[in-house]
This record gives sequence, structure tokens and C-alpha cells, in this order.
Amino acid sequence: MADLHHKPTPITMDTFLRGIWKENPVFVMLLGLCPALAVTNTTMNAIGMGLATLFVLVCSSALVSLLRSVIPKQVRIASYIVIIATFVTIVDYAIHAISLELYNALGAFIQLIVANCVILGRAESYASKNRVTKSVVNAFGIGIGFTFALLCLGTVREVLGSGTILGYSLFGESFQPWVVMVLPPGGFFVIGAWLLLFSWLKERKQRKILKQEETARATG
Amino acid sequence: MQPDDLTFIFLNAFIINNFVLAFFLGLCPFLGVSAKLDTAWNMGLATMFVMLVSSLCAYGVNMLLVEFNLEFLRLICYIAVIASAVQLVEITIKKVSPELFRALGIFLPLITTNCAILGLALFQTFKEYDFLQCLVYSAGAGAGFTLALMLMAGLRVKLDLADVPSISRGSAISFMLAGILSLTFMGFAGLGGH
Repeated sequence: MADLHHKPTPITMDTFLRGIWKENPVFVMLLGLCPALAVTNTTMNAIGMGLATLFVLVCSSALVSLLRSVIPKQVRIASYIVIIATFVTIVDYAIHAISLELYNALGAFIQLIVANCVILGRAESYASKNRVTKSVVNAFGIGIGFTFALLCLGTVREVLGSGTILGYSLFGESFQPWVVMVLPPGGFFVIGAWLLLFSWLKERKQRKILKQEETARATG
Repeated sequence: MQPDDLTFIFLNAFIINNFVLAFFLGLCPFLGVSAKLDTAWNMGLATMFVMLVSSLCAYGVNMLLVEFNLEFLRLICYIAVIASAVQLVEITIKKVSPELFRALGIFLPLITTNCAILGLALFQTFKEYDFLQCLVYSAGAGAGFTLALMLMAGLRVKLDLADVPSISRGSAISFMLAGILSLTFMGFAGLGGH
């Protein structure tokens, strides 16, 4: 991460940070929901999935940006997809070699990274129009944002659903796990709850600004 | 019922392991196009058609790849097949019904990145289904997708009239609804008994 900040131009910092909060792929843009909900039943899976997606996102953004003047406009989507699929195949084989346990837990969802709209969206709307460094920094930000969102979902679901975090028991023997949280419905409920929290925070902020303006007007 | 039974395969993909509500596949169109009932119905049909075509093509492609020991190219070939199938559907709809083409808008090309379709191709490969089983499996998955989309659209039409707290308007309440829908679909798990 550090070597990306050699040239801390104001644009670069913003392009990086924007993906984490203001344009968070999962919570704000509602993209890439399938992996975000399907594999976040434990924290470990969430981290693995997040990092795999981060890798594919950065590599494919770099390559798309490099080839942006070569790829004809008519077949660009197909070309992007092939580039993405290549990197996903690499990740798939790499995870298989590194950790069989993680590979089995994630199952087909590693290969389904190809169909993650976050990655194609970045390639189409950002990497095909910007310089290599800029697209890589942006992709890095989006990837971190995606991993962060997955972690938010994964930790909550693991703590509530099995009473553990990264496999370590939190509450002891007497804890009655809330099993539905690690099952499919739990994914929908947890992301719904996070979205509620975020929109509550946003509304509170807006109300505060409105109040300040009113007091400013009253005193002035 | 036997796991290889055609009825079981259909029911399994249709409701027991519904692609949207149990596997979280194809959530983007599920939330994006489910605002109106008729758009949802058409989107479901388009997706189902792409599913059938791409599933059968994927079956053929996989046989070729296994024949030549090229399994590592599977993903790239599948996605190319799906992209072509989507293009085919797009051209057909544009010609047959320009109105529908406009209504579906950006979501039509986005069927390419609908994970339900790639997921279907991958799952049928993992399960080593034969030709007929693939056909039934993709029909079930497509019908299940359409069913989930229609149910969600119906709920959201009702929801427009409901007075929900302002912070939960929009996507948050849709996710809660989807959760409840998914919870009810869990009840079908006993149907297959596996």
C-alpha cells in the first residue's frame, strides 16, 4: 500500500479514499452483492474473498488501462471479460494451492468473481479512461472498500450466528447461537441493518447541517 | 426422490435451492428490475432464455474441453459463451419489441455479469449432469429466478403504499423483505429430504 503513495497529489489521495467510503461498492453503489452475501458467513471467508477480489480488481484495471488504446470500442466488454476471467483463473488455482480449506469453503464463488459487477464496472467506467497509475490506485481503493464491507458483514454474521470470531469462541459454552444469521436470510438481514445504520448517520448529519444553517440565519 | 431424478433436479433449482434466495446469485437484477411487475416478468423470461441457451452451450463446450484436457480454460470459455448468448437475446428483443428493449435498458447487457447464469454453468459442471439433466436444471433455475423476481416485485408494489420510516426507504427495506422471503423459502428445505 505504501509504495502507491509516492506521489501524494490531491487527486490521488481522493481517488484512493473515495472507493472506501464515499463510493463504497457494496454499501453505496450496491454492486457485487452476490459474493458479499454468499460467502460472508465467517470472517475468514470474508477476508479471503475480499483479498481475491482486490487482486483481480487491481490486476485487471492495470491491464485494461494499459491496453485502452489498443482495444476496439465495439468489442471492449468482451475483451474486459476475458482479461478478468484470466486473472480469476490465476486466483482460483492459487487459492487451491495455498489453502484447500478456504478453497472448499468459498466453492464456486471464487470463479464467480468473473461475474462481479464491481470489477467490470471499474474497467468500463474508470480504467478505460484513465492512466495506469490512477486506475490502479482507484482500483486499490475500491478493493479495500469491498473487503471492508465484506468484513463488516462477515464479523457480524459470525459473532451472531456461531458466537465465534475467526474461529475463537467469544461468549463461552452458554451462548445459544442465532443460527439463522449464518444461513442465507441472515445475509439479507445483516446488510439491511448496515444500510439502515448508514442512512441514519447520513440523515443525522444532514439534520445537523440544517440546524447550523438555521441558527446561523437566526443570529445573523 | 433420488437426487438424479429429473423432477427433483427441477424442484431443487426452482424452490428448494432457489438461485436468488438461497445462493444469492443474480442479486443485481433482483433488486434493480423488481420495481414493476411487468418489467420483472420480462426480465425473468429474458434471463431464463439466456440460461437455457448458455447452459446447453456450456455443456457442449465442457465436453470439448475435457476431451482435450483444457479444463483450465473452462471459465474463459463459459463467459464467452454467455456473452454471445446475451448478445443474441439483445438483438432478438430489439427487433421483436423495441418497447421492452427500452424498459430493460442497461440491465439487458448486464445479464452477462449476472452471476446466476455463470453459476448455473459452473454448478452443472460440478454436479456432472448429463444433457437432459442440464436442460431441466437450467429450466428450473430460470423459473426460480423469475419466481423470486415476481414475488419481490409484487411486494415492492405494495411497499410503495406503505408508510415506512424515512431512513429505511429504498434499498434497506428491500433487503429486509428479501430476507423474510428467503426465510420462507427455507421452509421448502424439507421437500427434497437430502
